Amino acid sequence: MAPSSGIELRDLEKTFGSPAGPVRAVRGIDVDVSEGETVALLGPNGAGKSTTVDMLLGLQRPDAGTVSVFGGPPERAVSGGRVGAMLQEGGVLRDLTVRELVAMMAALFPRPLDVEEALHLAQLSEIVDRRTERLSGGERQRLRFAVALVSNPDLLVLDEPTVGMDVESRRAFWSTVHELSARGKTFLFATHYLEEADAYADRVVLMAHGRVVADGPPTAIKAIVGSRTVRATLPGVGLEELERLPGVTHAERRGEGVALGCSDSDAALRELIARYPAARDIEVRGAGLEEAFVQLTADDEVPA
Amino acid sequence: MSNPLAYARFELLRTFRNRRLYIFSLGFPLVLYYAIAGPNRNEHDLGGTGISAPLYFMVGLAAFGAMNAVLGSGARIAAERSVGWNRQLRLTPLSTRTYFRVKVATAYVMGILTIALLYLAGATLGVHLQAGDWLAMTGLVLIGLAPFAALGILFGHLLTSDSVGPAIGGATAVFALLGGTWFPITSGVMQKIAEALPSYWLVQAAHVGLGQKGWGTTGWLVVVAWTVGAAVLARRAYARDTRRV
Repeated sequence: MAPSSGIELRDLEKTFGSPAGPVRAVRGIDVDVSEGETVALLGPNGAGKSTTVDMLLGLQRPDAGTVSVFGGPPERAVSGGRVGAMLQEGGVLRDLTVRELVAMMAALFPRPLDVEEALHLAQLSEIVDRRTERLSGGERQRLRFAVALVSNPDLLVLDEPTVGMDVESRRAFWSTVHELSARGKTFLFATHYLEEADAYADRVVLMAHGRVVADGPPTAIKAIVGSRTVRATLPGVGLEELERLPGVTHAERRGEGVALGCSDSDAALRELIARYPAARDIEVRGAGLEEAFVQLTADDEVPA
Repeated sequence: MSNPLAYARFELLRTFRNRRLYIFSLGFPLVLYYAIAGPNRNEHDLGGTGISAPLYFMVGLAAFGAMNAVLGSGARIAAERSVGWNRQLRLTPLSTRTYFRVKVATAYVMGILTIALLYLAGATLGVHLQAGDWLAMTGLVLIGLAPFAALGILFGHLLTSDSVGPAIGGATAVFALLGGTWFPITSGVMQKIAEALPSYWLVQAAHVGLGQKGWGTTGWLVVVAWTVGAAVLARRAYARDTRRV
């Protein structure tokens, strides 16, 4: 069998110690990315996206499982200069201009892009001579992108790449990604914006609580997370009781309030009002990612 | 091919743009030199050392400034860590060895700058040595800086960007005081303590200017032991640091 040419994550697990006890950030992840594919890791904060990205890049060692990048360990792909990454806390050094920082990074790679081209691709041409400590959040983010690009990698890993960018920068950013993807680069980006995953990925890997809960084309994922939540103030009613309401898949209590994840919010709402006239402050809304994930993973905590 | 020299050039560029360097590593020792050695410029045997005041303090303050300049790499490393630069570097083909080499080389460039400045100042106060003595003395000073280069990297990977400044300032002050930068230490318990410190041997390099041997066996042992010890600890701090982040 030919060695895999893309990315293979197998049974990845990672647990961190914390004062409140161990936190299982990643608990068994399997993901494959083929060369040339653009894949989104979608999930709410705390889903384990950044930890997964760190293990994929070799920045953290998994407690269990294996990572293969271009048929070898991530360190080999990194030392061969085949991986570019835009990290959330990615380093932007001070006391250098934008161009100098990009050139400094270029000097570390075996076959870098032309510095001016990387600056241009990241829409930094206007501010090449500005000191990095005087950049806005969005400009800083574009500089991180340039730093990732200038190494001319085969795989680009982007962790929440558009945080802090304005609408215009976002659009330009994704158009550059698209252009590079057409040149055959592989992209893996982590995001908590459903719209970005939907619009720019070939495939979406949905993560929650350290697991992959769905993996498929954006349209399929959108259907899954497009459900609704009904919230109401309703003290003194048991969750089991609420979960038996028609159209309700999952109920949660937050103080006096309850949140009902619904597959059919209309039916749930009618029955809720009929059965519990005391319910007030009722609110129905399209589930944010967080709520959608709560539903998707509701069965997780049942002991096997 | 990747180009570590180009990379090092940007490291230097960044360092030269940092004002701290000019104040603490260059300006401060220079001003102190004229303040201390100037009034004593005709003192030819300082505190029984047999060394003239301008020469003694030239080496003393070159040692002080260079120690500070070399330890300054710690401040840069801590600041770089705080913005996640080391994580970014780990995603490049830059090897750990090259990373350390560039750090040490940059630190030395700063140290050498301080030394050169103090030599010039020394010359204006009448310090006069044979070319060979200048070279031998400089060689010893550069070797004597090695423990501080390692300590700088250790501090940088051990401390936060908030605490590293005071730590470097404090370490320089203590090393300088106990090592005899401000006044010669020639006897007693102070002497015993001083002999165990690498800063003492930096200052002792001035003896070369008298045609004497700079360091005996003790000197070499102390400098080598501190260098190896600090380098091992620095390596460990680096490993721990990169494992955690």
